[in-house]
Amino acid sequence: MRSAFNETLLQLAREDSRIFMILADIGYGEIEPFAAAFPDRFFNVGVAEQNMTGIACGVAMEGNIAVTYSIANFPTLRPLEQIRNDVCYHRANVKIVIIGGGLAYGALGMSHHSTEDLAIMRALPEMVVVAPCDIPEAVAATRAMIAYDGPVYYRCGYKDEPPVHDGPIQFQLGRAITVREGGDAAVIFSGTVGYNAKLAVEKLAGRGIACRLVSMPTVKPIDQEAILEAAKTGIIVTVEEHNIHGGLGSAVAEVLMDRGAGNVRFKRIALPDVNVCKVGSQEWLRAQYGMSPEAIAETIENTLK
Amino acid sequence: MPTETTNDRLKTYRDLARRIRAHCLRMTHDGASGHAGSMLSMAELLAVLYTRILRVDPQNPRWPERDRFILSKGHGGGAVYAVLAELGFFPGEWLKTYYQNNGRLLGHISHHVPGVEFSTGSLGHGLPVAVGMALAARQVRATHRVFCLMSDGDCDEGSTWEAIMFAAQHKFDNLTAIVDYNRVQALGHMEDIIELEPFAKKLSLFGWAVRQIDGHDCAAIEAALAQLPIEPGKPSFIIARTTKGKGVDWMEDTVSCHYRYASEEQLAAALAKLGADA
Repeated sequence: MRSAFNETLLQLAREDSRIFMILADIGYGEIEPFAAAFPDRFFNVGVAEQNMTGIACGVAMEGNIAVTYSIANFPTLRPLEQIRNDVCYHRANVKIVIIGGGLAYGALGMSHHSTEDLAIMRALPEMVVVAPCDIPEAVAATRAMIAYDGPVYYRCGYKDEPPVHDGPIQFQLGRAITVREGGDAAVIFSGTVGYNAKLAVEKLAGRGIACRLVSMPTVKPIDQEAILEAAKTGIIVTVEEHNIHGGLGSAVAEVLMDRGAGNVRFKRIALPDVNVCKVGSQEWLRAQYGMSPEAIAETIENTLK
Repeated sequence: MPTETTNDRLKTYRDLARRIRAHCLRMTHDGASGHAGSMLSMAELLAVLYTRILRVDPQNPRWPERDRFILSKGHGGGAVYAVLAELGFFPGEWLKTYYQNNGRLLGHISHHVPGVEFSTGSLGHGLPVAVGMALAARQVRATHRVFCLMSDGDCDEGSTWEAIMFAAQHKFDNLTAIVDYNRVQALGHMEDIIELEPFAKKLSLFGWAVRQIDGHDCAAIEAALAQLPIEPGKPSFIIARTTKGKGVDWMEDTVSCHYRYASEEQLAAALAKLGADA
């Protein structure tokens, strides 16, 4: 997915001379084509994420589109105050891109896991939060993010993510995408863990349970109507590779309560509120925390009981 | 001997600095708010910058070719509001609403005020943004310049030094940083907290062209800022030695002037000493 993002950004930069890439010494093997094509719009600030974000804000204040880029939580948590005070307060046209959302960097450990980002970015005024699930969503989200005038947080995957969508998608910021229809329950996911949700729903279909599967690539502003539509099944299960506090599941629950649709059975599949210190790959770690396809299917089934 | 014209100019700066101080003392008194000392210490710097150096247009605050000025020590924003009101960026009446409920002017400098380029308030934010603006200006070969006025406390922040390194790496000579070097921080004097000395030497080794001046000497400020960049191919750094709380005897060089505002009596006395109408 990171390659799809970088290729799309490069293509957009050829069409729009306002696009700058300001990064913090991360991106080996991915960012070189942009650097070579646009040396006057590509800046590696060194290992200095606060400066990266401040510079990007200054560049954007001059009428440009500045993309900051690094891995996991480096471009979000280290410069959080720059994002809040500089980018969001001034509604600067800065796009904060992380590679390896969730547990993508697996065995590299908790310093390289981005598992609180949706909650934290979602709490910032003016910030749009996107987390594409597969390459078609990633490409469409990149285009939509650049076309949008204002701060966006973009949680990119890593590499070799399998497709969740079988055909072409209609992507719009703030809109959910229905992957599969079904009336027994609704499963809403954000990000690349959506593939496991898809496999889970397919397993359940084999057992005669028809789930509505909804991709929510924009976590903020969230698609309220899609959530209300999903609530008509009477059962909502959310799936996210994120701490259980404050992410997709919380956002969906807020809508259900605010809109008077709280009368559903509701279950959040997310990381427990722990520091992940287990050693293993992304897929292995997902399984450890109930996010394997089988575990997701089981949780959905239990919620149906 | 200075010419008559020079004397006139210096008098203009000094008069404006006095009015800035008077406004700041009134605003902090009326608002029962802090940071008067931080405002008073940069009165001459702002007077010279806004009268002689910065290319700005009060009738057209967002004029694309304006020089960009970022106050990184946002807590001193009252002094910038004062100079902007004096120049006619907004009505002087607005100053009375500083720190007041439903007022026009926030305690920390805000871009919602005409003439203010950027909001700050947490230290260490101004210089990285100024560097970004300098980068963007150079990329399109724009002729405007970027100025960032910082506090010495700003220079405790790692992000400031990140920006210092980057600006030197890319030789942004359209960028000037000025430090209001009053050497008093929020909890004490700099030598007891984080000593920046030998400051000029450090900055010079970091690749900046550096000048040290008396930050209350309008002629010295004008001379330094009229010849920028100090050295082609390097960003410029002006260390302006100042006295925190300058102009009010009980405030000068004290830690408490970061917090205390003048009482009714103190205000009257200070304004009388400044020669301003109370």
